[in-house]
Amino acid sequence: MHADTEIKFRDSAAKALLDPQLRANFRRAMDGLIFKRKAQFPNPRDLEDLRDLSTAIRSRSLLNLPALLEQFETQATKNGIQVHWAETCDQANELILGILRSKGAKTLVKGKSMVSEEMHLNAFLEEHGIEALESDLGEYIIQLDGETPSHIIMPAIHKNKNQIARQFSQKIKDAKYTEDVDELTAMARKVLRQKFLDADAGLSGVNFAVAETGTLCLVENEGNGRMSTHVPPIHIAVMGLEKVVATLEDVAPLYAILTRSATGQAVSTYFNLITAPRGAGEKDGPQEMHLVILDNGRSRIYADPQLQATLRCIRCGACMNHCPVYTRVGGHAYEAVYPGPIGKILTPQTEGVGVRHDLIHGSSLCGACGEVCPVKIPIPEILVRLRREATHEDVGSQVNGKGTGRTATEDWAWRLWALANKRPALYRVITWFATRFGNALPAGAPLIKDWTRTRTKPVPARRSLSERVRAKGVPHV
Amino acid sequence: MKEVYFYATCLVDLFFPDAGMAGIELLEAAGVRVIFPQGQTCCGQPAFNCGYWEEAREVARTQVALFPKDIPVILPSGSCAGMMKNHYPELFHGQADEAQVRAFSSRVFELTQFLVNELDVKLTDLGEPVKVTWHSSCHAVRDLGLVGEPKQLIAQLANVELAPLTREHECCGFGGTFSVRQPEISGAMSCDKAADAEATGASVVLSTDGGCLLNVNGTLEAKKSPLRVQHIAEFLWERTRAR
Ligand code: SF4
Repeated sequence: MHADTEIKFRDSAAKALLDPQLRANFRRAMDGLIFKRKAQFPNPRDLEDLRDLSTAIRSRSLLNLPALLEQFETQATKNGIQVHWAETCDQANELILGILRSKGAKTLVKGKSMVSEEMHLNAFLEEHGIEALESDLGEYIIQLDGETPSHIIMPAIHKNKNQIARQFSQKIKDAKYTEDVDELTAMARKVLRQKFLDADAGLSGVNFAVAETGTLCLVENEGNGRMSTHVPPIHIAVMGLEKVVATLEDVAPLYAILTRSATGQAVSTYFNLITAPRGAGEKDGPQEMHLVILDNGRSRIYADPQLQATLRCIRCGACMNHCPVYTRVGGHAYEAVYPGPIGKILTPQTEGVGVRHDLIHGSSLCGACGEVCPVKIPIPEILVRLRREATHEDVGSQVNGKGTGRTATEDWAWRLWALANKRPALYRVITWFATRFGNALPAGAPLIKDWTRTRTKPVPARRSLSERVRAKGVPHV
Repeated sequence: MKEVYFYATCLVDLFFPDAGMAGIELLEAAGVRVIFPQGQTCCGQPAFNCGYWEEAREVARTQVALFPKDIPVILPSGSCAGMMKNHYPELFHGQADEAQVRAFSSRVFELTQFLVNELDVKLTDLGEPVKVTWHSSCHAVRDLGLVGEPKQLIAQLANVELAPLTREHECCGFGGTFSVRQPEISGAMSCDKAADAEATGASVVLSTDGGCLLNVNGTLEAKKSPLRVQHIAEFLWERTRAR
């Protein structure tokens, strides 16, 4: 099966590589983010300490996940938040539709939420006659064009200022063409202000859910998160079930490393702690609050001790910003909700390691992602593990789609490789032939053909090192 | 007299024997007796990285058996040293011979780290003035923490000027099977690395790893660039050996 899916990422990446504008947009944006992150961590020791602490907090939270979720639900319910559980995206969508319909809501204004992207909520609501409007500036920009996010925290990063100027002048009523960023922002702001006031309901994601207090933490820079969650009469939050931490104290280091890793900010412009709907006598806040907790394959990931690390993720995007593949091909090439390194380990686990074999192999295993990840997710190791899962059924795990990426050709190739490398005599014969006739390999031979797209053909030396060593008389046993 | 084993790695054996010889010479010049077991083939990393662990283990097992004496095993490659040092224990986890493999792994060293940290070598530069640049291999940096040692060695050479790459720690695009599974992305990364190297004005790019050497050199050659890549061992030996 993976023979055709393998082509997927390769093909869309190849297409992206041919778009110089796209490449320039990503490179410039990612360079900026790398620089800003670095400036936030002048002392590498402090960075490592904070990474250790954050990793420990996330690991501990996961260790106690079932109990924390229970505690969180009890506390949140006590605060007046209605908690709902959804095993699948379909269930989550239906739940939200049900809430909206029960209130006769026709419009939903959304703060940024990757989980809602995962659910394809907008399309679902649209089908059911409910308008879902993105209010995060980046999300708003891509929604105008019917696009999906190309980055988890900067969804419109694939576009530059001029592209957005053109788009606004065509798509926003009465808008004039301008390349002035402030004017462009003001245009979007004008549209969105009215939408916040008119919307029947608001939706947001969640960065951290605090078990001891039943609080939802929301990190944002534009204030649209606060508007979406406070202005409309109903607030619906959605989150993956891994988001819970034990105490408010746990939040501080995670928040500190999240904003620094993500956008190179010491603090975000807004940090919302949402604990309850509007209380008696209070002047603002929604009358009603709902939280939908989504599984969508997460409990399966949770069940595996190694793969569980995937769920430590705090969605900062640093792994993308530093990835040599992502910075060249951009987010859309992955054809997945979560692009970049985290997407390469998360998507195959939720959608199946066989069907997304293309993503698992779309990495040079350079390790840049694991090096910057604030919660030290060993992304390269997990990629290797998933490569193993994709081609082997007998690993004794419950990974989704294990063994379904196996092909007879690859199987044979590795079997022959092992055969040759296990038998020194055979290996010696092969290297002897390679050194004498290696240059005679036709340039069109498989593998060589792909190698030589951008490189000259590798030519074996005329004598192997083993031969030279024997000739020189280096002690050899 | 100090004794070590030398593990060539398959790429050095087949494509860069000069680098391997130079590594052996550098060790011998530092007063070390070098033993080169002839049965050596490949560390198993390609199969390991692709998820074929049984095959990788079979090969790795034959390699470990070639180094019975309790003496260091030196590799002219950060990537393969990382495999043998850090990933063998993972590969053999729960196997009957895990303890034996772990003992082997603890004896594995990358060449420049061994030269600097264990032998504290002192080099005398006998070459003409030259400007070089340094490409750090991803696995060397991230698996072994190999950052300073090659530069310390280069710094000992009086006539060598080191011009850093703009993106020294960015992958060159090799990635083993990645280079042929994703040739477009790999090619784009390689071309960027080659351009970065050319922009330094250096006349040679140095590296510790056969994979990077093969990749960047092939890319430069295809671009008809006069710039070449050389294994650091070969470069060091050329500049310091008495003629
Ligand atoms: S995997 Fe790590 S670096 Fe990537 S988004 Fe998640 S927390 Fe950030």
